[in-house]
Amino acid sequence: MNITLRMAWRNLWRHKRRTWLTVGAMIFSNLLLVFLISLQFGSYRMMIDNTLRSYTGHMQVQNKTYNDDPKIRNSFAAIIPLADEIRHQLGTDSVAARGVAFAMTSSKQRSYGLQIIGVEPDFETRVSTLPGLINKGHYFTDINAEEIIIGSVLARNLRVDIGDELTLLGSGRDGSFAAGIVIVTAIFESGVADIDRSMAQVPLGYFQSLFSMGDGGHNIVINAEDLPLVPLVQQNVNDIVHQRKELAVLGWNKLQPGLKQAIQADMASAWFMYAVLIVLVAFSVLNTQLMSVLERTREFGTMMALGVKPIRLGSLVITETFIMSSLGLAIGAVLGSALAYYLSIVGFSYPGMEEMAGKFNLPDRMYPSLSPLSIFLGPGIVFFCSLLASIYPALRLFFLQPVSAMKAV
Amino acid sequence: MFRKSRAHFDVIFTLAWRYLWRNHRRTLIMLAAITVGVWAMIFMTALMRGMVDDMLLNGIRNLPGEIQIHHPQYRDDPSINNSIDPPDKRLLQALQIPEVQAWTGRVRVPAVISSERDSRGITLLGIEPESEVRLSFDLDSIAAGRFLKNSSDHGLVIGAKLAERLETRLGKRVVIMSQDPDNNIVDRGFRVVGIYKAKMASLEELYVYAGLETVQKLLHLDDQISEIAITGENYRNTANWYPQIKQATGENLQTLPWYEADTYLGAMLAMMDGFVLVWIIVIFLALSFGLVNTLVMAVFERTREIGLMQALGMHPTMILYQILMESFLLLFIGLLIGNVLAVSTIIPLQDGIDISAVAQGMEMMGSSSMLYPALKLNDILLANSIVIVLGLLTSLLPAWHAAQLNPIEALGKD
Repeated sequence: MNITLRMAWRNLWRHKRRTWLTVGAMIFSNLLLVFLISLQFGSYRMMIDNTLRSYTGHMQVQNKTYNDDPKIRNSFAAIIPLADEIRHQLGTDSVAARGVAFAMTSSKQRSYGLQIIGVEPDFETRVSTLPGLINKGHYFTDINAEEIIIGSVLARNLRVDIGDELTLLGSGRDGSFAAGIVIVTAIFESGVADIDRSMAQVPLGYFQSLFSMGDGGHNIVINAEDLPLVPLVQQNVNDIVHQRKELAVLGWNKLQPGLKQAIQADMASAWFMYAVLIVLVAFSVLNTQLMSVLERTREFGTMMALGVKPIRLGSLVITETFIMSSLGLAIGAVLGSALAYYLSIVGFSYPGMEEMAGKFNLPDRMYPSLSPLSIFLGPGIVFFCSLLASIYPALRLFFLQPVSAMKAV
Repeated sequence: MFRKSRAHFDVIFTLAWRYLWRNHRRTLIMLAAITVGVWAMIFMTALMRGMVDDMLLNGIRNLPGEIQIHHPQYRDDPSINNSIDPPDKRLLQALQIPEVQAWTGRVRVPAVISSERDSRGITLLGIEPESEVRLSFDLDSIAAGRFLKNSSDHGLVIGAKLAERLETRLGKRVVIMSQDPDNNIVDRGFRVVGIYKAKMASLEELYVYAGLETVQKLLHLDDQISEIAITGENYRNTANWYPQIKQATGENLQTLPWYEADTYLGAMLAMMDGFVLVWIIVIFLALSFGLVNTLVMAVFERTREIGLMQALGMHPTMILYQILMESFLLLFIGLLIGNVLAVSTIIPLQDGIDISAVAQGMEMMGSSSMLYPALKLNDILLANSIVIVLGLLTSLLPAWHAAQLNPIEALGKD
């Protein structure tokens, strides 16, 4: 152990209580930061995953004009062959073509205006969680079947059950009159009232003939294996479709801008709070180190008179802070991770969260997600700012006059 | 007796004040910490309060009203078949109470709107313009044309976004299609007489306004309506007068206050109150380490003096008071500057902070793209009293420690 380190260590324990109070402030904020950042990471991830996996998907191929102006005529041709090609080139089944149109949907007793989604029965299950949530009946098997699948609230409101007929009335892509009769083959329940109230799916082949779409459709949904892989997959899809000038590949942040912005807004307010905590810890360190330098003025004067260079004394002060910050970092990170780990298993809830969670497609309990980043980001910044705060006390030593310093009280 | 304690107070105050400035650097750093902490408490609380207030006001405006009366099945199945009669004598009388600021009856049914270019599913609102304006619709939001004149107005007011989607505009005709109570499809052409811009874009696409009588005639409803909405002075007081209305509507109708009609809004209000308290306490805890540290150091460096004072006959409780007085002065000055700073940073922001960069995200939360900080006296008082009370409590430990010093040992210390 070198001499500076040993001196720093001993100096710290001369004032046990003061050292522990300063380290305590660090532990307190590190613990909070680890817990809150893990919770944030966990909930953002869940928010994105749940929202995208239910319907939107990680990215979509669309007609360039469709995202800003989702009208039936902003479709593109030969959608199924293109979806096949993307599947083939990416080597994944998580690719599905869809069509979207609007129709007045009537049962014997009720009528609602609804968005009707045309889907590929063989592949829709790979990009959306909705087909897995069917609690009555079965998913489509034939792409041309005159069948429909609806949400549970919608079924209740329309007063229909499996096997009942629904009439669809709307206009086709060319403005022609579109009318058809479909049979309810399945009812799903996602638990999200908005989806259960409004979602209706028919097979894509039938959709194309009903709405005079030819071989066209409105979007191809593509899911990557995991969220971080999205940019890479998006690049690959771009390469596949780039010769068709009318198409664009849009990532989830373009398809669901609200999601990204909600996360950004939450981030901004969270970081304001973290910054305040970190500044308060820095003040605490500044106070402690300044006091410890001032009370040792005589000691430092003597050392300088004996030939110790100011730089050596300065590094002593920095080393002391370094030791305190390391203790704060280690203990805070361990305690914070322990808390976050415990809650990542049993889950975490607070009053009012259920209502809020529903708004963002989150489950009733939250599970923090621990990662090296979520553990060390907050404490790392606290560590860095503590060292920064000790620069001023350390710099003061360079202006110390040995003779007058030795006379100081 | 009184004079004596007065003299004690003077001595304690003078001593504490002088000790505080003997080591001015330490005091200034601690004051800076308290100031930043208090500023953050009040500033952040005002921002969050502003956001939640906006969320609640928007939410209640869109419900609309603080209390709503429906057919028991309507909320689950918002169909024309679940309509209700207009208010009877008993309810009309209950609506006379001073707490009720405005009320209105409206038809709200799902419908389809078609222009020559496109069709959309919308919510058709049949309204009485005069009372609707007092309750929910903001006349300033009319971007072109006019709002409806009366309940038999034949015009239609639609959102700007919907007009864009339908490729229609002021003066053009559109067709509204819905069902009557016998499930016959009914439709009627309307001329667009007004276009509005809502705070939240998604509502612009959803709500279409028409005269109440016109809609009732179209849907073969006679004088029936879908809902009665009532609003009062302040949404925090709804619970006080809600029972009176509920009693007057009877068992056959569903009467709900806003916090039950939209549980998200109710939960937000409760959560906000919780958040303010937790935030203030967390900041205080972060501060308390520094506060205790400062006092411990202050006691440590004058151990001899304390010993001397005790040897000269000063009572230990006086030493306790003196340390507490130092802590109080620190907290008091810090609070003073912190409050002034918070208020003077919030006032320039009263005209609103533009957060439209994340507008769609705020809309998911139910808030609009301007953030108006809301400085509440209660929150300021809460922050100040928590800091003073808990601050003095945490100072008890070092103060008590100082009072326990043994004069002989303390004097012997160098």
